[in-house]
Amino acid sequence: MGGDSRYVGLWYVAPYVIGLALFIAFPFIASFYLSFTDYDLLSRPEYIGLDNYKKLFTRDRTFDKSLKVTLIYVFTTVPLKLVFALFIAVVLNYRLKAINLFRTAYYVPSILGGSVAIAVLWRYIFADTGLVNMAIIALGGEGINWFGDPENALFTITLLRCWQFGSAMVIFLAALQSVDKSLYEAAAIDGAGPWQIFRSITLPLITPVIFFNLIMQTVQAFQEFNGPYIITQGGPLKSTYLLPLYIYDEAFKSFDMGYASAIAWVLFAIIMVLTLIAFWSSKKWVYYAGDKRS
Amino acid sequence: MAAFPDLPKHSGSGERDAPTQLEIKLRRKARFNAALRYTLLTVVGLIMVYPLVWLIGASFKTNAEMFSSPGFWPKNPTIQGYIDGWQTSTPYTFGRFFLNSLWIIIPKTIGTAVSCTLVAYGFARFEFPGKKILFASVIATLLLPNVVTRIPQYLLFRDLGWLNTFLPLWVPSALAGDAFFVFMVIQFLRAIPRDMEEAARVDGANTLQTLVFIVVPMLMPALISVCLFQFMWTMNDFLGPLIYLSSVDKYPVSLALKLSIDTTEAFAWNQILAMSVLALAPSLAVFFLAQKYFIEGISTGGVKG
Repeated sequence: MGGDSRYVGLWYVAPYVIGLALFIAFPFIASFYLSFTDYDLLSRPEYIGLDNYKKLFTRDRTFDKSLKVTLIYVFTTVPLKLVFALFIAVVLNYRLKAINLFRTAYYVPSILGGSVAIAVLWRYIFADTGLVNMAIIALGGEGINWFGDPENALFTITLLRCWQFGSAMVIFLAALQSVDKSLYEAAAIDGAGPWQIFRSITLPLITPVIFFNLIMQTVQAFQEFNGPYIITQGGPLKSTYLLPLYIYDEAFKSFDMGYASAIAWVLFAIIMVLTLIAFWSSKKWVYYAGDKRS
Repeated sequence: MAAFPDLPKHSGSGERDAPTQLEIKLRRKARFNAALRYTLLTVVGLIMVYPLVWLIGASFKTNAEMFSSPGFWPKNPTIQGYIDGWQTSTPYTFGRFFLNSLWIIIPKTIGTAVSCTLVAYGFARFEFPGKKILFASVIATLLLPNVVTRIPQYLLFRDLGWLNTFLPLWVPSALAGDAFFVFMVIQFLRAIPRDMEEAARVDGANTLQTLVFIVVPMLMPALISVCLFQFMWTMNDFLGPLIYLSSVDKYPVSLALKLSIDTTEAFAWNQILAMSVLALAPSLAVFFLAQKYFIEGISTGGVKG
């Protein structure tokens, strides 16, 4: 390895190159090919052209339902979570003595949130006679059928993921703390109110992290699996049957690898298009302060 | 929002002896503001943490008490849930499942730390042909949804004869497969000045010696963050084991917990909650022992992106 040849760096990144080729690049291409085949693991994959995609878009009502549920889930969970995370970060970004204590308390759920144990906990606290309904009844309300009613079940998963707003909040808070305080003082002297300062100084300066959080949370939300799989098994009436669950069932229960790959590619295409739209539109709303970007 | 400028210091000398109307008003407003923030943060914090607190209390309750009161404190505390839950309905105890988790976590964490260090060093300190496109692939992988590569990965591991072993769960990570960590270490390394490394090179150390003796000690905080996150994520990982492991004797904690819901749900809630507490305990312990690395890690990986 020694020496200063121009290939030394390549040796160091070699593990990554091998891993990239074997576990990412090859599977990526292979799954695209598989999506045009009929493959049940027993015989060789059989090329069937666009049949999988035709079936998906014309005859598969489960796909329609699953796609609709997925889009509803993503477009409620991501905005709710980010707005809440930003709100709490703004409240926390003040000369408070207990800032670290609060930051820790809020961060714990996002550390644990993906686990099976938390999904189990969610089933109990949102059960008919669970913690949440007991609290609602104690406050004089009427218990809600969280998981039994198709209208509510998906929202319960959304609540679970909003409960994990901590990691997005920590990123927002770090950005807020790096905003130059003299800007606030100058604006206050010029007579700007708190809301005005937030809208015209704070918000533009933290658009890079808003953008980052938006992309990461969206990609994550589209791949939600543990929550609905463990808490509701996709039900009732497929109201929480997100696309990753459908892909899992097709691939590893029905062993229809070709069809599952086609669904995965549709999901991938949706994520890609939304990501590209976000990147393209970011030129218009994300503000990069000249040399501050490393 | 630090919307209010610091109030002028009260010097107690000269003509500014008594505070002006405006100062009193501003100070009162600031105090009200702080009180409002504390109240809001405390209420939200309690709502956030209470489910976890309830979980711990409930794991010591009897089944009958579980759904009868929202309180935390059990009336007749019992550890029966822990005793019965630990035995499981399988031939194995939860001890076995914790060990299985450990056998996945150890190679995965060490492999991640070593491979990320090498790869980040290569990217941050050397020029080589193809560097730009390879670095772009790190970013692309960061955004690539796993769902699209999962099926061929499964077929690949099947052909390698790795199904129902731990290998599919850690080998990709040991080849720097988690772009998030690679990216995080690269960012961290870029912020470290190169003077020390250059001095070592002048003194005749080769690049590997420089890496091991100079760079790695300085990278330690980042590497600890990487290991802690990898530990948490592996403890939480459910889909990987679900796809690759088929025999119960190889189940990690996450899968065993799901199995115990499926097999014991109808009657033994307290067993399941007790095992949930145990399943969360390692992550909670690690988090509280090392929380500063988590916060730093997430801020480095996220903000500088």
